[in-house]
Amino acid sequence: MNDEIALQKPLNHKRKMATEDIIFTIFNTIFLVLFAVVTLYPVLNTLAYSFNEGNDAVRGGIHLLPRRWSLDNYKEILFERPGIRQGFIVTLGRTVLGTFTALAANALLSFILSRKKFLFKSSLSLFWVITMYASGGLIPVLILFRYLHLTSSFWVYIIPGMVSAFNLMVLRTYMEGIPDSLEESAQLEGAGYMRIFWSIITPLCKPVYATIALFVAVYHWNAWFDAMLYNRFDPQFTTLQYELRKLLDSVSASTGQTSGTAVTEAAANTITPITVRAAATIATMAPIIALYPFLQRYFVTGLTIGGVKE
Amino acid sequence: MENTVSQQEKLKQLTEKELNKPKFTAKEFKRQWVLIAISAVYVIYGIIFYYLPLIGWIMAFQNFKYYDGIAGSKFVGLDKFKFLFSDKTFLLVIRNTFAMGALNLFFSTVMAIVFAILLNEVRNRHFKKTIQTISYLPHFLSWIIVVAIVHDALTSTGIINELLLKFGIVDKAYPFLGDPNMFWGIVTFSHLWKETGWNAIIYLAAITAIDPCLYESAAIDGAGRFQKMWYITLPSLRPTIIILLIMNMGNVLNAGFELQYLLGNGLVQSVSKTIDIYVLDWALNARNTDYSLGTAAGIFKTAVSLALIFLTNTIAKKTGDERLF
Repeated sequence: MNDEIALQKPLNHKRKMATEDIIFTIFNTIFLVLFAVVTLYPVLNTLAYSFNEGNDAVRGGIHLLPRRWSLDNYKEILFERPGIRQGFIVTLGRTVLGTFTALAANALLSFILSRKKFLFKSSLSLFWVITMYASGGLIPVLILFRYLHLTSSFWVYIIPGMVSAFNLMVLRTYMEGIPDSLEESAQLEGAGYMRIFWSIITPLCKPVYATIALFVAVYHWNAWFDAMLYNRFDPQFTTLQYELRKLLDSVSASTGQTSGTAVTEAAANTITPITVRAAATIATMAPIIALYPFLQRYFVTGLTIGGVKE
Repeated sequence: MENTVSQQEKLKQLTEKELNKPKFTAKEFKRQWVLIAISAVYVIYGIIFYYLPLIGWIMAFQNFKYYDGIAGSKFVGLDKFKFLFSDKTFLLVIRNTFAMGALNLFFSTVMAIVFAILLNEVRNRHFKKTIQTISYLPHFLSWIIVVAIVHDALTSTGIINELLLKFGIVDKAYPFLGDPNMFWGIVTFSHLWKETGWNAIIYLAAITAIDPCLYESAAIDGAGRFQKMWYITLPSLRPTIIILLIMNMGNVLNAGFELQYLLGNGLVQSVSKTIDIYVLDWALNARNTDYSLGTAAGIFKTAVSLALIFLTNTIAKKTGDERLF
C-alpha cells in the first residue's frame, strides 16, 4: 500500500475523489478476498478430511484442520484398492506416452503447415480447421472404434486424439512468427526440411512446446469419459479419474442418470468413509498442484497465442 | 479512420499473399516431396478419425444394426427424426441443454469481465498476483473432482447447510442436490467456480493492451474510477467480448455433459438430462440400444451449434463488430 501512495502522488493532479477511491478499494479487496476464500476453502476442507480419522469425521464439523490426525485413509487408497492402483498406472502411462506422441505429431504437422511456400498450405489448413467444427458425434465414433478394434484397448487413449486442430493452430501461429530468414539461410547451406525442423524451429519453439505438452498432459490426467465409454468392461485399462468416480459414486446420492433410484445418504455413507474419498480426491489432485507453477506460466502463454491473435 | 487503416492492412496482406503464393511446378513438387509425403500420412489419419465418423451420419436414416453394418442396415428415411421430435424426453432434453447453456454463457461472461476489471483495479502487485493465481487453480481440476467438491459442500452436513443453520436461515438441512429447482443454479455456480479465473485471463490481457493515454486524459477531464471503468475499460473490451461470444456460441450445447452427467441423480432427472446424456443413454442402454436415434440426436445438436455460430457472426457483421469469419 505504501508504494501505491508514492506512485500516485505525482500523477494525481486533483485528489478530489480520494474518498470514493478508498471506499472502492475496501469493497474491492473484500470482494476479491471472498472470491479467493470460496475458491480455496473446499480444497482445503477436503485436505483436512483426508488426514482425519474415519469414524471421527462422521460427526462433521471439520473445517481447515483435521480433528484427529490419521494417515490410514492414504494407506487404504494406496495399498488396499487395486482398482485405484491400476488406474494410476494406466493414467501415468497414457499421460507420458500420450503427451509425447501428441507433441511430436502436432509439432511436425504445424511445421509443414507454417511453411510459407508449401504447395498445399491453405487447402490442408482448411482440412484441419473443418475438424474443429464438424464432428461425427459420440455414436459414429464409438462404432468406428469398434470396427477398428480400438475399444477394449489402451491405444484408444493415445491414437484418436493425437492430432488436434486446436493444438495445431497454437503451434502454427507461433511457428509463423519465426523469421523466414533463418530457414532461408539454412536452405542455402544445404539443410533439408527435416533438418530445419529439428535444428532450427524446434529449439526456438521450446516455450510453445511446453505449453502444448502441459495442455495434453492435463487432459490425459483428468480423462475418465473415454475409459467409461470404450473400456468399461476392461478393468486393466481403467483410469485414475474413473476409479475416483466409482469410489465417489458408491457413496454419493448420484447413482447415474439411467438408474433412476437415489440411494439414501445415510445408508450410502457406510460403504466408503468420507475420509477415504477425500484422500483419493487429494491424491488425484496432487500432481496438478505440484505442476501448478509451470501450468500457470505456460498455459497463459498458450491461451494468449491461441485466443487473442491480432 | 479505422476503416481505411484496416483496408490498407488488408491490401498489404493481399499483395504479400500474392508474392508468397506457391507455384505448382514440377521443380517445387520435387523440392517439397518430404513435406508432401508426410502431410499425406496426416491426411489419411485425419480422414479415418475425423471424416469417417461423418459418414456414420447415414445411420440416422437407417434402422442401424451393429452386425449388419451401414451397408447392410435398412433405410427408414426420416422416421428416426420423427420419433425424436415426438419424444417428450427429447423435447425436455433440448430445453435443459439450452437453458443451462445460456445461463452458463451469460453468467460466465459477465463474471469473467467483472472479475478482470476489478482485479485490474488492484494497485498492490503481490495481492493481485496471489488472487489471480488462486483464481484459476480450479480450471485444472477434473470435473470428477469438482463434482465431488460441490457435492460435499451441498450435502446435509456440508458447509453451506452448516452456515444456513448457524444463521438460522433454515431449521433443518436443505436437500440441495435432490431439489429440481436448484439444479440449474448449482450447475451455473459450479461452472463459475471452476472457470471464472481462467476466463478472465483473456480479458485481463486485453485490458493491459489499452492505451494508458486514454486513462490519463480521462483523469484530466475529471473522470473518477467508476467512470473510467465504464467509459474506457468496458468499451475497449468490446471486440474481445464479441469474438469470445461468437466462439462460445458454438459451444453452448457442448457445455452440457460432464457436469450434468456426474451431478445429476434420479430426483432431478427432469432438469439435469441434456442432449449428450440422451445420446449416451441410447448408446449404452443395454436393453434398448438404438444407435440410429442417438446419431440423429447428435446431428441435431451439431446442426444447431453451427447455426448458432453463423447467426452470431451475422449479427456481429450487421452491427459492425469484430467477427470470426
